Amino acid sequence: MPLINYVDASGNQFEAEVEVGSNVMQGAVDNMIDGILAECGGACACATCHCYVDQAWQDKVPAVESAEQDLLEAVVDPKDNSRLSCQLVVTEEMDGLVVHLPASQY
Amino acid sequence: MQGNCIIIGASHAAAQLAPSLRQEGWQGRIIIIGDEPYAPYHRPPLSKTFLSGEKTLQQLLIRPLAAYDKIDAEFMLGQRVDSIDRESKSITLNNGETLSYEKLALCTGSRPRQIPLPGVDLAGVHYLRTVADIEGIRAHLDKNQKPAKVVIIGGGYIGLETAAALNKLGVEVTVLEMMERILQRVTAPVISEFYQNIHTEAGVNILTSMGVDAIQGEAKVESVLCSNGETIAADVVIIGAGIVPNIELAEAAGLTIDNGIAVDAYTQTSDPDIVAAGDCSSYPHKLIGSRVRLESVPNATEQAKTAAASICGKQIDNHTHPWFWSDQYDIKLQIAGFNMGYDQVLVRGDNNSRAFSVWYFKGEQLLAVDCINQAKEFMQAKQLLAKGINPSPGHVCDTDFDLKSLLA
Repeated sequence: MPLINYVDASGNQFEAEVEVGSNVMQGAVDNMIDGILAECGGACACATCHCYVDQAWQDKVPAVESAEQDLLEAVVDPKDNSRLSCQLVVTEEMDGLVVHLPASQY
Repeated sequence: MQGNCIIIGASHAAAQLAPSLRQEGWQGRIIIIGDEPYAPYHRPPLSKTFLSGEKTLQQLLIRPLAAYDKIDAEFMLGQRVDSIDRESKSITLNNGETLSYEKLALCTGSRPRQIPLPGVDLAGVHYLRTVADIEGIRAHLDKNQKPAKVVIIGGGYIGLETAAALNKLGVEVTVLEMMERILQRVTAPVISEFYQNIHTEAGVNILTSMGVDAIQGEAKVESVLCSNGETIAADVVIIGAGIVPNIELAEAAGLTIDNGIAVDAYTQTSDPDIVAAGDCSSYPHKLIGSRVRLESVPNATEQAKTAAASICGKQIDNHTHPWFWSDQYDIKLQIAGFNMGYDQVLVRGDNNSRAFSVWYFKGEQLLAVDCINQAKEFMQAKQLLAKGINPSPGHVCDTDFDLKSLLA
């Protein structure tokens, strides 16, 4: 099962095995990793699962779609590697993925 | 922080409360009692992707049951609590078993409002709140030769989302709304009109100012008798007439009730060892400025975090502006804030298009924004509300004006 690495804003690291076909948000929720709120449960409605995909992994994650893009433009502290983790569907190629969590989702 | 912390109710609030309790340092047992046979699951998709068959029950779970082992939270599912004895600090289950508690959390949620109509007990009449309700609806639909005919009583969000999901399945849907317009209780006329048009275009028949006198049929539902004397054929009737909080346990235990289980800003009930969170509770909301009972997932989650802190002896009140969402067809509605008491409504963008927003004010104060396929404006509205910034009518109505500049 792919291993996903979550690094919170203070630098604490957590790793979680996440099934292929699940997503990076769900991996955090299943493993009670703080910093991902996911208030809408993955409906791409709230942007409270914002994360930053580590630069080294940019080409391994699916492209941003328009609904996600609209939300990303208005998250707190957006960066060019900002993503909504609910939209990062896990594949074998993402084994080892590193995502950084923002200090706050609001 | 030792002893049993018992959580009654196993839905959104409980799913957040259990891990938050561990984070706050609760070391004793955490026992979650739920009357449904499932681990906590996402309720909003019930009337959307679960009804339409796009999501399975497994995908509905907030997290798999086994995930709770990591925080050592125990579940007692398919069980109801009969009573709370505050003197002995214990609860009694419907099987007679008694459990003692150090701290008790009431996350009992809400249930559909029952309407006293002739014929509501007929087979084929459903409410919509649980997985079992949806499975019942689907079972009745599957029995029918398609296209099945469904009459939905109530033109609120649940009724309309259900109409959209069933329309997608090829069902002939009629929505009956007693008031003059759909969504009358919760939105401005411009939004009601928008959804009336969207549904009509999709082929859903919406009848407003239309009461129901009876649901008719022999062995099962066959038709609905409307207040104007008209009869509408129906294979299935779904009633969406709002929800009522589950307060009975708390009331019987002598806790204060005020449009829900009354709690303070820290989710504390009138008993210092009992908290309440989610749909079942009402509380003085700092930002809204009055006692409210909010029916939403984000509220249940926020209150659960506050409750976990309270149970562990800390006072945090992270009140945020409420937000809600509704998916119907390809329309995503996101609502920032709570429009109660509004006296002015402004439209940003073209309300004849499929992307615009509606801004609710009380005097100069921004209360809420309904965003139709306008995710960016929703995010900006949330931030304006959080910062207490009130945009001027000129700025709101000028789509060339970048709202972001107000947030800098």
